[in-house]
Amino acid sequence: MAKHNNCFTGPTLLFACSGAADVGEVADLVARQLTRDGVGKMSCLAGLAGRVDGILASTQAAERVLAIDGCDMDCGRQVLELAEVEGFGHIRVTDLGFEKGGTDATDDTVAKVAEKAWSLLDQADNGEDKA
Amino acid sequence: MKIEVLGAGCPKCEALAAGVRAAVEKLGLDAEITKVTDIIEITSRGVMVTPALVVDGQVKSCGRVLSPDEIQGMLA
Repeated sequence: MAKHNNCFTGPTLLFACSGAADVGEVADLVARQLTRDGVGKMSCLAGLAGRVDGILASTQAAERVLAIDGCDMDCGRQVLELAEVEGFGHIRVTDLGFEKGGTDATDDTVAKVAEKAWSLLDQADNGEDKA
Repeated sequence: MKIEVLGAGCPKCEALAAGVRAAVEKLGLDAEITKVTDIIEITSRGVMVTPALVVDGQVKSCGRVLSPDEIQGMLA
């Protein structure tokens, strides 16, 4: 979480679909890894769907938001859109060559997806995207 | 009315707290104003961007020093 002058301002919030499928597990682990790496702070997609006021307000105030979906059902993206969050970045595990139902959530897989997420956020830092 | 200002104590948090005190006085409200600085307590509300304003348990705003009019609108 970004921290300036003892105040949490403009963090990058990460939302994983954390779905039941193996690629959902990968999405979840990537968000947790990126949080440990200090890239952003994982938040609760279920909290957004449940309209938890603190999570809604924090997400709308975040400097950057990234949705990490496992598959093309895009549950994470859709929850963010229903919460009227605009301009967020989005990656999908199955777009990176991993098959739903045929992917083990190994450290290597998590690292590859995390690298893609990091790259997308770097592009946003350079003004190439709105993530 | 219970009003809480959430934040670790940075100048923005202090500015929001001052604005809340002024609004309460202007509106003549019977309100208890509390500053919450504990990070665990703040994040337990789902708040990840501060300062935040909570009125009677509902998070009204995150990440901004609200204008006097905005604060009064949220307290009225």
